[in-house]
Amino acid sequence: MSSPMLVVAGARPLFRKEVLRFWKVAFQTVAAPVLTAVMYLLVFGHVLEDRVHVYENVSYTRFLIPGLVMMSVLQNAFANSSSSLIQSKITGNLVFLLVTPLSPAAWFLAYTGAAVVRGVAVGAGVMLVTAWFAPPGLANVGWVLVFGVFGAAMMGALGLIAGLWAEKFDQLAAFQNFIIMPMTFLSGVFYSVHSLPGVWHAASRLNPFFYMIDGFRHGFFGVSDVSPWTSLAVVAASFVAVAGLALALLRSGYKLRH
Amino acid sequence: MSAISFQQVEKTYGSGVQALAGVSFDVQPGEFFGLLGPNGAGKTTLISILAGLARATRGRVTVMGHDVVDDYAAARRSLGIVPQELVFDPFFSVRETLRIQSGYFGVRGNDGWIDELLAGLGLADKANANMRQLSGGMKRRVLVAQALVHRPPVIVLDEPTAGVDVELRQTLWQFIARLNREGHTVLLTTHYLEEAEALCQRIAMLKKGRIVALERTSTLLAGTAHTMLRFKTDHPLPPSLAERARVTGRFAQVSARDAADVEAVLAQLRESGVPVEDLEIGRADLEDVFLGIMTDEAPK
Repeated sequence: MSSPMLVVAGARPLFRKEVLRFWKVAFQTVAAPVLTAVMYLLVFGHVLEDRVHVYENVSYTRFLIPGLVMMSVLQNAFANSSSSLIQSKITGNLVFLLVTPLSPAAWFLAYTGAAVVRGVAVGAGVMLVTAWFAPPGLANVGWVLVFGVFGAAMMGALGLIAGLWAEKFDQLAAFQNFIIMPMTFLSGVFYSVHSLPGVWHAASRLNPFFYMIDGFRHGFFGVSDVSPWTSLAVVAASFVAVAGLALALLRSGYKLRH
Repeated sequence: MSAISFQQVEKTYGSGVQALAGVSFDVQPGEFFGLLGPNGAGKTTLISILAGLARATRGRVTVMGHDVVDDYAAARRSLGIVPQELVFDPFFSVRETLRIQSGYFGVRGNDGWIDELLAGLGLADKANANMRQLSGGMKRRVLVAQALVHRPPVIVLDEPTAGVDVELRQTLWQFIARLNREGHTVLLTTHYLEEAEALCQRIAMLKKGRIVALERTSTLLAGTAHTMLRFKTDHPLPPSLAERARVTGRFAQVSARDAADVEAVLAQLRESGVPVEDLEIGRADLEDVFLGIMTDEAPK
């Protein structure tokens, strides 16, 4: 019934609205996370610069930058779709969308697409500001883009699921604080997982965020903990799983159409 | 083809509460149709199912012949819903809100119609104001405009005048009546029965999830041969009258079957020595019909 062209045409107005929504409050949604990331860089970079060495010829500050960029991309992509949905649900204005002919696929595309735009915008901001402290170099821009966009899309889709599931702001905050934050922090943003003791090393390997950050970092230094192809396979598989679940929830009208 | 068709619609919520127990009726193209009932009768559930906000447990609903589940896109394009709650998106101005809503329906370059809506609803000078800055009445007007951006043939208004001042009510009804004259079908739920009496050609009354009356408004009114006695008094009514009277502060209304009954009521008032001011004798209005039907225990 709905061809891909129709889905894209349907998604466009909602995508545009979702981008406009965060752009109107860009100070909070883009500038604030950039500042947070710069703070991390200043503090951790300063404290750990002379103590931690991960790769040959890569200073700790340079090592840290791609991780911080990717962490910002992931957290902000998640925040965009999840907070937009929960706000619309709680204020009740989601009804304007529910009465439209937009298909579940169009919803998915629009929310995930806008989340990618926000994630990439924040990531680019962090990159620009931190590169001024220590240019990390760029070994392969293709990997940077692939992992940046795929990671943001996966987190946008995950945010969509969280936004559909949560009925109150504190439920969403719990999702963010107890799942998203630990998984991003324990993914090797601040260290190489090789430096971890055995059991934590193994646990990191089960965390899809680790592969996103490791693959992303490969784009800058040409070296990484695992092969970028392995990381790509894990990230793609996680995206397909999360996207499939998000689409299934939208199709079933989960917590939307009673 | 009916503009709206409800066929044996049942709805039981997860909690086990049955909101609709088999509702069937059709609204014809071009009709101004009223759906009345007390709170909890199932009006909003019925409209939610029509709009796709809720799903029927059983039965079928169509808009302009399109099934609201199997052919939801076509059904929703044919339908403009003004929701009961005063909701808005605080990020946008009035014009942005209306452009975004047009986009959802695939309507581009809609500024001509948006301007017409803004003018018709008295919103022209608020076009660039943020939604947060508007008063409640102004927000309500935007809700109406939002429902109409895609020029739907069928318009549904769920309690549109709840908490709305007189001026807006006038603007709103003039605008909706114009759309109705131009061929739009209107389905209205309201608590203001004089509005339903004035505007609706046909009326369905819902009680505990069932249709208990479905008639032309004139037939409904004619069907009650009752006469109403209305008066003011500062004294309690005698028990025989108190149980059949509707008392609101100083105002009392007593319905009477015929002239002899009117005489009997007057006699009771005289005998009990209750002083009465401003006595009027008139025909029953829709409110009386409504109360008569709703207090009737057995559903018809």
